[in-house]
Amino acid sequence: MDSIPKFPLGDIIEKFIDFTTEHFSVFTRAISDITETALEHLIDGMLFFHPLVFIAIVGMVLFKFSGRKIAIGSVAGLLFILNLGLWDATISTLALVLSATLVSVSMGVPLGIMAALYKPFNRVLMPLLDFMQTMPAFVYLIPAIPFFGLGPVSAIFTTVIFAMPPSIRLTCLGISQVPSELIEAADAFGSTKKQKLFKLQLPLAMPTIMAGVNQTIMLALSMVVIAAMIGAGGLGGEVWRAIQRLWMGRGFEAGIAVVIIAMILDRVTQKTASKKK
Amino acid sequence: MCKIEVENLYKLFGEHASHAINDMKKGMGKEEIMKKHGVAVGLDNVSFSVKEGEILVVMGLSGSGKSTLIRCLNRLIEPTEGSVLVDGQDITKFNKDQLRELRSKKFGMVFQRFALFPHKSVIENAAYGLEVQNVPKDERLKKAADALELVGLKGWEEYYPENLSGGMQQRVGLARALAVEPDILLMDEAFSALDPLIKREMQDELLALQARVNKTIVFITHDLDEALKLGDRIVLMKDGRVVQIGEPEEILTNPANMYVEKFVENVDLSKVLTVSSVMMKPFAVTYPKDGPKSALLKMKEAGISSVMVVNRERQFIGIVHVRDVRKAAELNHKTLEEVLDRDVVTVLPDENISSLFTEEKFPIAVVDEKGVLKGAVVRGSLLSALSSEGGIGNG
Repeated sequence: MDSIPKFPLGDIIEKFIDFTTEHFSVFTRAISDITETALEHLIDGMLFFHPLVFIAIVGMVLFKFSGRKIAIGSVAGLLFILNLGLWDATISTLALVLSATLVSVSMGVPLGIMAALYKPFNRVLMPLLDFMQTMPAFVYLIPAIPFFGLGPVSAIFTTVIFAMPPSIRLTCLGISQVPSELIEAADAFGSTKKQKLFKLQLPLAMPTIMAGVNQTIMLALSMVVIAAMIGAGGLGGEVWRAIQRLWMGRGFEAGIAVVIIAMILDRVTQKTASKKK
Repeated sequence: MCKIEVENLYKLFGEHASHAINDMKKGMGKEEIMKKHGVAVGLDNVSFSVKEGEILVVMGLSGSGKSTLIRCLNRLIEPTEGSVLVDGQDITKFNKDQLRELRSKKFGMVFQRFALFPHKSVIENAAYGLEVQNVPKDERLKKAADALELVGLKGWEEYYPENLSGGMQQRVGLARALAVEPDILLMDEAFSALDPLIKREMQDELLALQARVNKTIVFITHDLDEALKLGDRIVLMKDGRVVQIGEPEEILTNPANMYVEKFVENVDLSKVLTVSSVMMKPFAVTYPKDGPKSALLKMKEAGISSVMVVNRERQFIGIVHVRDVRKAAELNHKTLEEVLDRDVVTVLPDENISSLFTEEKFPIAVVDEKGVLKGAVVRGSLLSALSSEGGIGNG
């Protein structure tokens, strides 16, 4: 084996990242600054309310849109988090997850539509998605730092990469699953491509797309916790600190807070998905 | 006046269609083409025309190319070669925008499996064709409501397709096609997915509807019974080729070749059927002394346009037609004598029905040896009796 030299894959990637960092970090740092400011405002905004007021608002909104069960469960969960003294950390995690989800979905759904409508694009995109999903999530953390610096923006960046694939895949699937006879009917009445998309394909794909959004949120939440390693803070930060100091109880408390947030987000988005049908 | 003219239309499925078409013109068969070029033959030199206001039925078994053919008429499938003239314009030369315009304004299409949009209500479905033409909402909903009323679905506007039975769903499909006020209706096995009873009902309604709206209709079916019932003319297809074009009687009595003969052989029961098996009971008769008003009332009750006239012994005298009777009523005639049509063909109940095909004038009166009226044979019941007793017809 010694006669064959090792393929310098790592060196190449490193050189590539060095090169892009050197030339483009001006942009990425600018993006980072803007995003960070926006994120801070978002967190400040959410913390502006007294926790009990915030919980009451969430409870009322959920009561109206998601039903009594989910509203009561959510309020109880949030009160418990408040009681554990993890409120600020939870809000910052929530803000990260929501921002990352927003970016993932607003990029993922259009990409999914394109993949469904243009086969060549689909052929290029699918292997890329496999790559994004199977590459161990920690690896994304490394290049994120030179681009965006330590902190929440790097966390959002890695989270978006990790969490976007389900949005793309399920949007693509939902649109491909629209029965061909309905497409034919739409054609027979002289629909344009745009009309077909907005009047037929997207509405029919909506439950599947929402399932993708749900998956994206779940993945974002799990990644945000991992991203604490590069300074994302929030509940992940609590977990990370507990690991380093072997605070078993504190670690579980933060962990349970993550589970509560995950359950609330999951139930709310699932309910929305099934209601659209 | 021809509404649609199809000339030398070819459709080959596969990458090397252009090579294969030359071999095909030289007369190479379907299997050989498949072997040599890997190309499937959909349509092989199809030519026919559709007259304005007629129902043309394209009939054939599965794989005969009939579904391909109807889709070539509005280019849901691109023909490989040949021309399709609609109102004299060759639509195979149309660009995308012209084609869309043509599809949305001239054609209404009805599909075998209904193809209703499940996320839209009945009225939104019916309005879809207008919606894509950007017709303002109020106007399109009004037109859609009119179309729904036409197909007997008034009151169901706000339901969703999944709440409707098959027959009702297809009425929505029909309303969706009618709402755009097209010249031409393309009906692709429109009633094949319905159960027999509903199917027959829909056929009757289509004929009644056609009498009112008078569209040009191209109707695809694999059901001979249906073809005979609906078609003004029938195009019979096999393996992508037209085997015979003609009126229903012509195809039954004068099959062009072995294939057609085999096709209709199950139907050709004329040699074994007797008049009594195809006749209808004379559910309304009238007497010469009856006034025109009473005769009109009887016709109205029975929903028929002519009624048999018999004497006290129920012996057949003649027939009166609604048009004449109405005139007589207006002129205040006391009896039907003046308008009585005595020139009616009569047959015996046990006669062979094959002799009836040559008759021009219907209905035919069925009387026994003593001249007593036993029944009546109308053109429709003659044909449908023939086909409903057959094998293929019920497939």
